[in-house]
Amino acid sequence: MAPSLEEPIQPVDDALDSHLKKAPALVAPEPEHCPGPESQSAGKGDACAGCPNQQICASAPKGPDPDIPVITQRLAGVKHKILVLSGKGGVGKSTFTTMLAHAFASNADNMVGIMDTDICGPSIPKMMGVEAETIHVTNTGWEPVWVSDNLGVMSVQFMLPNRDDAVIWRGPKKNGLIKQFLKDVEWGDMDYLVVDTPPGTSDEHLSVTSFLKESGIDGAVLVTTPQEVSLLDVRKEIDFCHKAGIPILGLVENMSGFVCPSCTHQSEIFRATTGGGRQLAKDTNVPFLGAVPLDPRIGMSCDFGESFFDNFGDSPACKALKEVVRRTGEEMGLDANHVLPDHEDDESMDRPWH
Amino acid sequence: MSLKDIKHITLVLSGKGGVGKSSVTSQLALTLSLQGHSVGVLDIDLTGPSIPRFFGIESEKVKQAPGGWIPVPVHEARKASGEDAQGIEGKELGSLRCMSLGFLLANRGDAVVWRGPKKTAMVRQFLSDVHWGPMDYLLIDTPPGTSDEHISLVETLLKQATPEQLAGAVIVTTPQAISISDVRKEINFCRKTNVSVLGVVENMAGFVCPNCSECTNVFSKGGGEVMAKEFDVPFMGSVPIDPMFIRLIEEGRKPVYPQGTVVEGKDLAGEINEGAVQDDGLLVDKYTACSLCPIFDGMVKKLVSKIEG
Repeated sequence: MAPSLEEPIQPVDDALDSHLKKAPALVAPEPEHCPGPESQSAGKGDACAGCPNQQICASAPKGPDPDIPVITQRLAGVKHKILVLSGKGGVGKSTFTTMLAHAFASNADNMVGIMDTDICGPSIPKMMGVEAETIHVTNTGWEPVWVSDNLGVMSVQFMLPNRDDAVIWRGPKKNGLIKQFLKDVEWGDMDYLVVDTPPGTSDEHLSVTSFLKESGIDGAVLVTTPQEVSLLDVRKEIDFCHKAGIPILGLVENMSGFVCPSCTHQSEIFRATTGGGRQLAKDTNVPFLGAVPLDPRIGMSCDFGESFFDNFGDSPACKALKEVVRRTGEEMGLDANHVLPDHEDDESMDRPWH
Repeated sequence: MSLKDIKHITLVLSGKGGVGKSSVTSQLALTLSLQGHSVGVLDIDLTGPSIPRFFGIESEKVKQAPGGWIPVPVHEARKASGEDAQGIEGKELGSLRCMSLGFLLANRGDAVVWRGPKKTAMVRQFLSDVHWGPMDYLLIDTPPGTSDEHISLVETLLKQATPEQLAGAVIVTTPQAISISDVRKEINFCRKTNVSVLGVVENMAGFVCPNCSECTNVFSKGGGEVMAKEFDVPFMGSVPIDPMFIRLIEEGRKPVYPQGTVVEGKDLAGEINEGAVQDDGLLVDKYTACSLCPIFDGMVKKLVSKIEG
């Protein structure tokens, strides 16, 4: 096969729509350059010649996916859906997701859910301290794992027989599981559903976006670190959001600056040579939600599955995080004081999570 | 077949994102080149390619030749010229070239929104249609996870490369438990696919405050070594966070260190006295002034002796 230098970009609309169509049952893996078994040109494209699936794809009805209304029905009770995205890995998507969820849940009236769509590297269960749990199946669906009375979590980690098992799955299988997370999980009446994503702009992102299109996404929070290597990938993610029609709630800069615990000298470990997240937000016309300094205790809290908010409530990183959460609430059109009360009322800070 | 003349193929893997796969890949490549080997770097992170940025060749485009792509050169091979007084200038170098999807994009901010089969096709194409020519080492930088890119990569390599060519995988992790738990999955992936693990590199282990020289374990410590022991795979070493390396990559500044900085028995201070900051020259020459260079030098020597037997 001769290599091509043609524009290697697939129109996002096509990629998104193909998830909304019913997929026929295939007899062989999808070939290279497969137009997608759900697409209009399925079975008719150049790549389809000689494919064992050709007949199936060409004759399958191309109606809308019957599961979409089921998902919409299932999520009818969920008021706000927030995606946490970043093109880059290891910038703190999962950490920020747990912080956001803990913050929302600190108001006892809120019901909060976290859905972890990182199938190959799920971090949420460990960060929430529920790594060893399994999913209970009831007659109404799968029950999320409850971290506290008003905070539920769903992740692939709960389904693994062994903690260290690798999930070696190609795209379609990952999409299938994400669909089940939305369709079969008994989310119930929730105020907030926070969706954590893997790095990149691929299968998981497309499926979450297209499955949730009908029930509506409030928006995406993008997480970045200050250095250009990271901003480069986040720029791509912003482009993805624009193309896929996901509103962007704002950009958070994580790991910005590090204060030496012994001499309180501030160093920029990940130097913002190109202006960091603030400049990127300005350039791309996205709200800047704030900068959170690097604090080794955040990582430690995550390792032990404890809430950083509870343990180190008065640290500068915690204050910055709270401000970011409040700003996120504002961007969603909510009252910041309702999302996260400014005054640290003892009642909410002493609540046992575990 | 483009892999035919490559002596050793090494994968750089990690289950977790942002632990420094690309950073470790680029430093392994620079160090191998400094030791006189010819090196190629293939970046199969399709939705977030970082290798072009690391080598400072973001604006380059791939050239097309009949039947394949020509990789983008970072620097050419250089013969040793012993009489050079500065020592660094005349050092022997192996050639260093890269291939990445970043070179194919019209606009650096463009998102590559691809589903699995398309990624698979691209990975196969990268492995079969790039004209590397005769080369000592091919390092393959991967995206996080254990999904389409990884399955296709290993599948194609097992088919197209001989077992002697496929040296194995270097696993990169950071010390904290969250990262380790994902990396364990990656080691299990290697076991399942019969890719041997050459060793574990613990990256971002500690940060030395430039003001008071106090070392803080920003992302905890020691996790990589414990995991390596547990899985019975070699531990290659810990790499600290060096803001000067990040500066070198981001701004192209030659690293300078305060007096008294000694790494692996080599005194790195002194450059500061010369006053003038040397910002031009090859990345690889500037890298020799970096505190991470001696660390990687030792690691790569061990790696090479292991691979070449």
